[in-house]
Amino acid sequence: MASKQNEKKLNSWLKFSSTRNFYPLADKMIPWFMGLAIVLTLIGLYMTFFVVPPDYQQGNSYRIMYIHVPAAWMSMLIYLLMALYAGIYFVLNVKLADMMAGGLAITGAIFTVIALWTGSMWGKPTWGTWWVWDARLTSELLLLFLYLGYISLRAAIDDPNRAAKASGLLALVGVVNVPIIYFSVTWWNTLHQGASITTNKTSMATEMFITLLVMVFAFWMYTIAIVLMRVRNEIIERERDTSWLVEELGKEK
Amino acid sequence: MNWENPSEFFAMGGHGLYIWASFGLLALLILIEVVVVKKRRKDLIHRLKRLTKARAKMVEKE
Repeated sequence: MASKQNEKKLNSWLKFSSTRNFYPLADKMIPWFMGLAIVLTLIGLYMTFFVVPPDYQQGNSYRIMYIHVPAAWMSMLIYLLMALYAGIYFVLNVKLADMMAGGLAITGAIFTVIALWTGSMWGKPTWGTWWVWDARLTSELLLLFLYLGYISLRAAIDDPNRAAKASGLLALVGVVNVPIIYFSVTWWNTLHQGASITTNKTSMATEMFITLLVMVFAFWMYTIAIVLMRVRNEIIERERDTSWLVEELGKEK
Repeated sequence: MNWENPSEFFAMGGHGLYIWASFGLLALLILIEVVVVKKRRKDLIHRLKRLTKARAKMVEKE
């Protein structure tokens, strides 16, 4: 009996792996995630500029941290997710998994650019340099090239199945770079400072930690919203010959 | 509260340029991303509607 119930549960989840069932779900979720992203961003920005005090050593430049750290985290997490979806595509051959991977790439690349750019902007007034070829910065730059390679590979191949396979392979191979970025500050002695937040202790005042956390959640909510929007576009593009899509769009207005 | 007046806020204790360049680029890229994705949706729906109309016409002719 229990196994039958489990099977039912599994089926109801697998239901959303088809584009037809996923499309209306994405439609419903997008405004919620985008709304949350906007509210959290406003709270986070207010806290960044009006609640937390300047750093006693760095002054105000450290406020860049509240976007630098979330952007850097997202750049790595998005890559891991992208590789995970690529893996799911290879194992289960679900095209929605490939669409998710493809939808994540551009947002991941944007956050990588932001992590590099804000790092540079924070580094100049604080450590006196825009850029050094240390392990953290170099591996993060490599991450950007991986994203760009992935995006251009997909754009270059017309056939969606072949594009999914080629780019998925690149995503999976490139995933070794993520732990290198993450552990680079402990493996090598670098200019980039070590992690302030680890799983067992935080070397940070509570209000600063909360501000950072709000920003991280804001970035997450935005990422989910924009990726769902991009996947929704991809579904319209690929399913234009199906009648359900015409009906679905007819419902909207 | 950290700032006495707006000009102090924008100056950010001498770090204004770095801080506003950081937050500015983030805002700009996010804005571009949202606009591009929304425009694409509009274009795709528009194209699909025209396609549907054209198909309906073809069926009528037959």
